[in-house]
Amino acid sequence: MTDLPGDLMYTNDHEWLRREDDGSVTIGITDHAQAALGDLVYVELPEVGQELDSGGDMAVVESVKAASDVYAPIAGEVIAVNEELGDDPEKINADPYGDGWIVRMQPSEEIDESALLAPNDYQTLLDEEDA
Amino acid sequence: MPFIPHTEDDTREMLAAIGADSLDDLFDEIPKELLIDSLDGVPEGLTEMEISRLMRKRAALDGAPQCFIGAGAYEHHIPSVVWDIATRGEFYSAYTPYQAEASQGTLQVIYEYQTMITELTGLDVSNASLYDGASGLAEAALMAVRSNRRAKSGRILLAPGVNPRYEQVATAIAGSQHISFERLPKNSVSGNAADDLDAGDSPVAVVIQQPSFPGTLEDVDRLTDWAHANGALVIAVVNPVSLAVLKAPGNWGSEGADIACGEGQPLGVPLSSGGPYFGFMTCKQKFVRQMPGRIVGRTTDLDDQPGFALTLQAREQHIRRSKATSNICTNQGLMVTAATIYMSLLGYAGLRQVALRSQQNTAMLVEKLLALKGVERLYEGPHFHEVALRLGQPVADVLDALAKRDILGGYDLGDALLVCATETKTAADIDAYVAAMDEILNTGDRLSA
Repeated sequence: MTDLPGDLMYTNDHEWLRREDDGSVTIGITDHAQAALGDLVYVELPEVGQELDSGGDMAVVESVKAASDVYAPIAGEVIAVNEELGDDPEKINADPYGDGWIVRMQPSEEIDESALLAPNDYQTLLDEEDA
Repeated sequence: MPFIPHTEDDTREMLAAIGADSLDDLFDEIPKELLIDSLDGVPEGLTEMEISRLMRKRAALDGAPQCFIGAGAYEHHIPSVVWDIATRGEFYSAYTPYQAEASQGTLQVIYEYQTMITELTGLDVSNASLYDGASGLAEAALMAVRSNRRAKSGRILLAPGVNPRYEQVATAIAGSQHISFERLPKNSVSGNAADDLDAGDSPVAVVIQQPSFPGTLEDVDRLTDWAHANGALVIAVVNPVSLAVLKAPGNWGSEGADIACGEGQPLGVPLSSGGPYFGFMTCKQKFVRQMPGRIVGRTTDLDDQPGFALTLQAREQHIRRSKATSNICTNQGLMVTAATIYMSLLGYAGLRQVALRSQQNTAMLVEKLLALKGVERLYEGPHFHEVALRLGQPVADVLDALAKRDILGGYDLGDALLVCATETKTAADIDAYVAAMDEILNTGDRLSA
């Protein structure tokens, strides 16, 4: 059973988003995604200050067997990246919703929540993929 | 390479297995208007006897001239054992095999090659080779853009001594990807980069060729530090044989070049009318994930036995598809095998001897040519094994006259002649060249010969 915190929003691409108190959004990949990728060996991060469109290339997570793009789930500016992933990409495997966060963005527009998934909807997606 | 027969029955059976009616069906994807019926000078359907005769006849047209041309490809002595080993069945393929790890010998050759090239260039990691030196520069430029993300300009600055052919190839490959190549101004006395340089708006990288195309030695330390001070990466384009006597790119300036690439042909690959050759590329460890192509790593297996494996494959096209760092793999594996054998046979001392003898032979040739009336150097300063000379007469005419005397006299730079005498030339060869040149320049009947 995959770990699925109830206070997060999710995407079809297996990313999670958390609204912070200051209006910014923290983004990472889900427990399911990290398990599917296997041990991560490298994370390519965007530049702080970079403007991203929703759906644009945000990061690349690379395991010994695959390299996958992580797309920006919302439009906005990158205000922080998790530099610690540079030396220790396995933080994503160990703690995907905590120390393994990837990017923090300042949304440039109201977030369209209809394009995102609530925890139970994401669970349904996972169940369908398993089926 | 074993002889593998290929009968009509075999062909029919294979076509039936994949459900194709004819061989032509396999090329259905190619639009008809792109297909051609024939190639100039390439006859269709000759017998073995006819083709042998034709090729012998054509080969004889080359004659056996003395070659004093360099300009990017160099004639060096290749010990016969190099190609004797390289053409053994176990090695005789251009590619890393599928299930590469099943071919430990092939992977070990590439691993040893990578080790030798990193030692020569003084950088941390090497890939398993590129097509050639010119496309190597294009790959290095693309890699620099991926690595230096703070520089958004796409501007790559070329030192005056970068081979103009390399610039053409790099522009053809990378020019449509928001990358522009610009020349730095030249000091007309030295032929190297001018004293006062303006980097302009956030350059991505500075390309420094050493020795330069016209044979001069650039002040690589100054240019490297200048590039880094302007936020640019440094791409070194180097002749591997010269690295036996010149400073390795990894030691240029206070931080060293970031990427080195170049033409590997001088390391045991014959001139062969222009190819196949191979390109090499090395870089600092921190850029390894942006490096194109394959890398072989050394590891241990479950029983703690040493072994070799392809590594960093996640960047490659079979996994990353259109977002791969490049579509090159190990296409020049056979040339790399020859280069690895060449380098291991010569060792440090042997390669240094080749470099020194080539330098000395060129120095001797140039000294004697400079004694002729009307001959002077195009640029001042030290050289490795090539020098540009003004002749006071049209270079093309002089080269024609030399060719009639069975001498390939050098490369025509337009305003000068670029000459090169490697270790393959004897004192008698050099004297014969100088005598021919004297006759052509100073008897006035240069075209009659």
